[in-house]
Order: sequence, then structure tokens, then C-alpha cells
Amino acid sequence: MLLLDREGAKADVWTRVETLDLTADNVIVALAQLRDALAARRPGQHIGAAIDNTERAAALEPFFRELALIVIAFPTGYNGRGLSIARQLRERGFVGALRASGPLVSDQFPHALACGFDEIELPDDSAKRQPVEQWLDAAQRISVTYQRGYSYGAVTNILEQRRAARLAGVGNNV
Amino acid sequence: MYRYDEFDERLVRERVAQFASQVARRIDGSLTDAEFLPLRLKNGLYLQLHSYMLRIAIPYGTLHARQLRQLARIADEYDRGYGHFTTRTNLQFNWSKLKDVPTVLGLLADVEMHCIQTSGNCIRNVTADQFAGVAYDEIEDPRPIAELIRQWSTLHPEFEWLGRKFKIAVSGATHDRAVVKSHDLGVRIVRDAKSGAAGYEILVGGGLGRTPLAAQVLREFLPREDLLAYLEATLRVYNLDGRRDNKYKARIKILVHEIGIEAFRALVEEEFARIDKARVNADPQEQARIAAYFAPPAYQDLPEVSRKLEEAQIRDPELARFVEHNLFRHKRRGYTAVTISLKPIGGTPGDMSSEQMRVVADLAEKYSFDELRVTHAQNLVLPYVRLDDVAEVYAALKAHDLATANVGQITDIIACPGLDYCSLATARSIPIAQALSKHFADPEKQKEIGEVSIKISGCINACGHHHVGNIGILGLEKKGVESYQITIGGDPSETYALGELLGPGLPAEYVPEAIDKVIAVYLAERQQGETFIEAYRRLGLDPFKAAFKEIADVVA
Repeated sequence: MLLLDREGAKADVWTRVETLDLTADNVIVALAQLRDALAARRPGQHIGAAIDNTERAAALEPFFRELALIVIAFPTGYNGRGLSIARQLRERGFVGALRASGPLVSDQFPHALACGFDEIELPDDSAKRQPVEQWLDAAQRISVTYQRGYSYGAVTNILEQRRAARLAGVGNNV
Repeated sequence: MYRYDEFDERLVRERVAQFASQVARRIDGSLTDAEFLPLRLKNGLYLQLHSYMLRIAIPYGTLHARQLRQLARIADEYDRGYGHFTTRTNLQFNWSKLKDVPTVLGLLADVEMHCIQTSGNCIRNVTADQFAGVAYDEIEDPRPIAELIRQWSTLHPEFEWLGRKFKIAVSGATHDRAVVKSHDLGVRIVRDAKSGAAGYEILVGGGLGRTPLAAQVLREFLPREDLLAYLEATLRVYNLDGRRDNKYKARIKILVHEIGIEAFRALVEEEFARIDKARVNADPQEQARIAAYFAPPAYQDLPEVSRKLEEAQIRDPELARFVEHNLFRHKRRGYTAVTISLKPIGGTPGDMSSEQMRVVADLAEKYSFDELRVTHAQNLVLPYVRLDDVAEVYAALKAHDLATANVGQITDIIACPGLDYCSLATARSIPIAQALSKHFADPEKQKEIGEVSIKISGCINACGHHHVGNIGILGLEKKGVESYQITIGGDPSETYALGELLGPGLPAEYVPEAIDKVIAVYLAERQQGETFIEAYRRLGLDPFKAAFKEIADVVA
């Protein structure tokens, strides 16, 4: 597995558990165990939740303040359901880390970032073919976007730019 | 028409570079073929039976003369000297080479064109009424919101990886010329009964293909400022809840059909209520900025009637026929919208040579404020022609085999590329269209038959819109032989209807005879002034079925 964010590859400090084993400092549990895990949490310990893309943001909403990480599974690269889940989580106020996990391609990195993801967890087969440089390149390849409310990093929002030009009194072609 | 600003331009240029990078990463093995496929499709590049095909977006069917001229250049230098206009008002080049595609994309970008999202599971090129801005029956020009939707849907990060394709059509007139009800989502400009304010009726869940369904009303009246937030809510519900277990059940129409329009509406309205609208919507000044590009051209004050045209028609009965069939009533006095039929007798529907493209580009410059439209019926339109100029336009068209006077007539046939090009096809479409066109070539016969549409698809995916043809023909493969099913009664307009099957499929050579039988019933039974579809509605399927059976029995 390769973990990466907008800065590049990063170490994974999280431990994913199948059973309710809370020995590690940062533990990712399945949604079904989340309530128990949060109840048993030690002071200073961080809990994350992993969900399939059939789950909905509403199921996690009660736990937003206690959750440090949400991992959303992408079963395939071309299944974009997780993008809408991420967007909903952000719109509903989740401020912890968001991780997309699955065989994405680097061209999807900007989509994930725009929808609120912070990091990508990539299976070895994908990571081996698509080195980190390709992901960093992909993140800044299209420097402008039309969709308001989806900007990230250095990406310029076109509608905001046009509005700023109007306010500054610069006629914009018309 | 709309012109790119520096941001539109930058996005398209960066997109060209991105595609070049995707091709390079496929070649060096970074991307597998399966990973490259959706990236290639989202850039309009298909692999067909004999070659790659490149599909170029013509947003809401609006085309500038210099754009058509550039398409002619690409046809000559990088294809086989012609292009094919489709039922989604795009242009396809059928003989593309992968190595040339980045160069072609650059040439397109030079004239503010692209292939973005002309294929793949994303929001496709938005389509509109071809007479937008000029139609006599228009409430409001739909092009400004079509352009707003084009921009909003372009590289939308959340909706680049939908379960299936998503097609949007807009109409601003009382008559539906955009086949709104066959779209995943339709936007109709309407007036609020109480306030009189213009806003949008939103329809959802229409589609043809193997499960034809008419779109249903999702929202009766949406205030104009909320359009993008409402589209976002609708697409989000689809992205989250649309099926992904079966490609054939993945369109939004299946979701709407399975859970019902009320349940679907509840989901959309709940999401819409939660969206921070101020964060998502375009502000009114941005809508006004776009709308300014679609201000009416510098019309002259002209009389209602052109003596010049009337006199020319008396001298030339062929011109008179062209005027009768190919002109559309304009909202401006003394002007008309001229439809250029791409359906010459015996030709391939929607095909146009590079030479014809240049001729039409010249005509647009000289007579129609540089502008052209593409229709879903695979024809072109010069939208702003002075009645005084019609005879000259006609003469120029005629010199290049572009003056066929058959718009809306039985030889104005819609046909998909079919098995001559398409790898999905189960039968050929073009030879059927050509045979029927020749069969009904006689202008007097066409005039007698009057308004009727034939639409032909070479497979169940229905690119040829056969379900909504007054006469629909579907080509299938039966035990290794092409077999054509015929439906009648389809209607793409505001009186939308899906056609009904006449009987078993027929071999290709029997199709013209079968259509003859159907037409004969109409001619024998029609009442004064009744069109084919009107007569069908009154008579029902049975008399047509009985006539069809005579042919079917011979075949069996």
C-alpha cells in the first residue's frame, strides 16, 4: 500500500483492525464497531472509521467530533460514489482527515481533492505503475475550475475570478 | 454566440495537454488498457469497427463559421474529407489515428472547441432547441443556461465518474424541439403562473435504449438563481443511489423508475435543502455576463413579406418547394431560419464533406451573422437569414447538393452510423436509410405524404431515436441475419410518445415495401389536414398492423 497526499508519499500512522483490538494509538475500525471503539477509547487515542461506498454520510454524522479519520473504499477506480460521500461529509461539517482507499488512477487525484479528500491509499499494483510524481503532477495539471465550492490548493475558481474582476471594475470581454 | 475568456481558453488548453499525458502514460505502461479506456472516452475517442472515431462537442448545437471551417480542415488533413453530425448535435470523424488526436485537439482549441465529455460515464454535451433565440414560440432563449450548464458540468470533480452517461437538454419554447423527455435531465424555461417570473421546470429520468422511458416532472418551478444547486443535488442523489451492479440498469431513469418519482424527488429536495446554495450557484452577474453573448444580432428593420422572394418563387418551383419545407418562422420580421438538409436522396444522413462545410461557413458569414446550428435531426440551420436573401442562399446550396427540400418530410431520415462503423451495432442503418430515401424520392409523392419522421437505429441503444420516430426502425441480428423491427406512433415533441411494434422483424429488402403499406393506410384513411401521427392517434395501431401483416406473412 502507498499512502500519499498533496505533499507526496507519507507514512501511515494508522492501524486497521478487523476485530475490536484497540492496542494501537491510531486505530481504524469498521462502521459496525465504531460505537464500541469510541466508548472504549483511551485518552489521547485516535479512532478512525472505514466505510464502504454503500454507506451514507448520515450514518457517521453523530460521530463527527470524535472521529479523526474516515476511510472511504473505492472498489474500482471508475466507481465515483465515494466522491459524493466525501462531499456530503464535508458539507455536513466533518473536519477530520478523509482518505480514499482503492485502485484510483492519478488523473482522479484532483477530483478526490476537490471533493474533500486529504489522502489516497493505493494498492501496490497501482502504486508500482503510477509513481508519486504522477500524482503530484496530476493534482496541478488543470489549474482552473468552474465549480464553486470545490476549489483546493492552487486551483483557481473561474467564477470567483470573474466576480473579482467585476468588482475591480475590469470589464470581462463583454 | 459565446466566446471563451482567458479561463475557458486555459482550461481547454490544459485539457489537451492532460490528454497527451494520458496517452503517454498508456504507452509507457503507467496506465493499463482498462484504466486508459474511460480517460480516452471522456475525451471523445472511441474504437470502432475499422478505426478510432473522434467525437467533437458542439455545445447546444451552436457553431461559428470559423469553427465549421476548422472542422473542414481537420476533415481534409486528419480524416477522410467528411464528418458526420449526430443526434446529439456532435460531429464525428470516423477515421481518426491515435497519434494525430493531440494535434487535432489543439486545432479544435484554436477555435474554442473540444471533445471533453462527449463519451464516458459523465455529464455529456448539453443540447438545445436548434431555433434557440430565433423561434417565434420562445419564452426565453435557452442558450445562456445551456452555456452555464456546459461550464458547470465541464470537468465537474464530483460527477466525472458516474454510474453511466448523463444527458441534459434545455428548451425555452412552448414546442419541444429538443426531445427533452428523452433525456436523463431536461430543463424547460417556463413562467411562474403567479408572479410571471421566468424559471425552470426540471424533468428527470427520460431515455431511449433498451428501456425507453419518458422523463417525469421533478420540480414544476425552480427559481433561476438555484439552477446549479438543484442540478448538483440531483446528480449527487444519482451518483450515490444509482445502480452500479448492471450497466443496463445504471442510468438515472432506472433509479427513478424503481423507487418512483415521489421518493426520488424527496431525496433530491432533502439534498437541495442541505446544500449551501450561495456557495454553489452562479451569481446573477455571471448569468448576465453569459447572457450578454447571446444578445440578438444587428437585425435590420424589414417588411413582413419579401417581394423579391415571392417573385423568385413564381419563377422557380424548386425554390418554392425549398421555401415551403426548409424555412422556419422567425421571431423577427423579415427574417427566417433556413434548415440545410443533410439528407440528399440516397445519401448518408448527417454526413457532410469538407467542401460543403466551407460553402456553408461562407454562407453563414455572408447571410447569417457568422452563426450556424446543428439539429438533433442531423441537419444544419442558418438562423438569421433575411427573406430577401433566401433565393441566393438556395442557389449556393443547390450548387453543392445541399438544397434538398425535404425537412420534416419522409426522406428527412435520422439514422445512426450502424454496422457500417459502430462496434455496438447489430445491423446496418445507413443502407436502410438510403433505400427508403430513394424509394420515396419523388417530391410530389413526399408532398402528398406530408410531415412524417423515420428514425433508424442499428442496435437497441437507440442512437437513431427509433422509439420516438413516427415510423421507427430497429436493426437487430437474428441467427446471423439482419432483421428490422418497425414501430409506429413515436413522437419526440411535447406530445411525446413511444412507438408501438407492428409485428415481427423483416429482412432489409422488405422494409421499403412495409413502410409503403403503412403509408398507404394513412393516405387512405386520413381526414382533411391530418398528419401521419394525428391519423395514427385517431385510428390506433390495428389498421396499420393488419396492412403490415400482409408483408410479414409473405416473409414468414
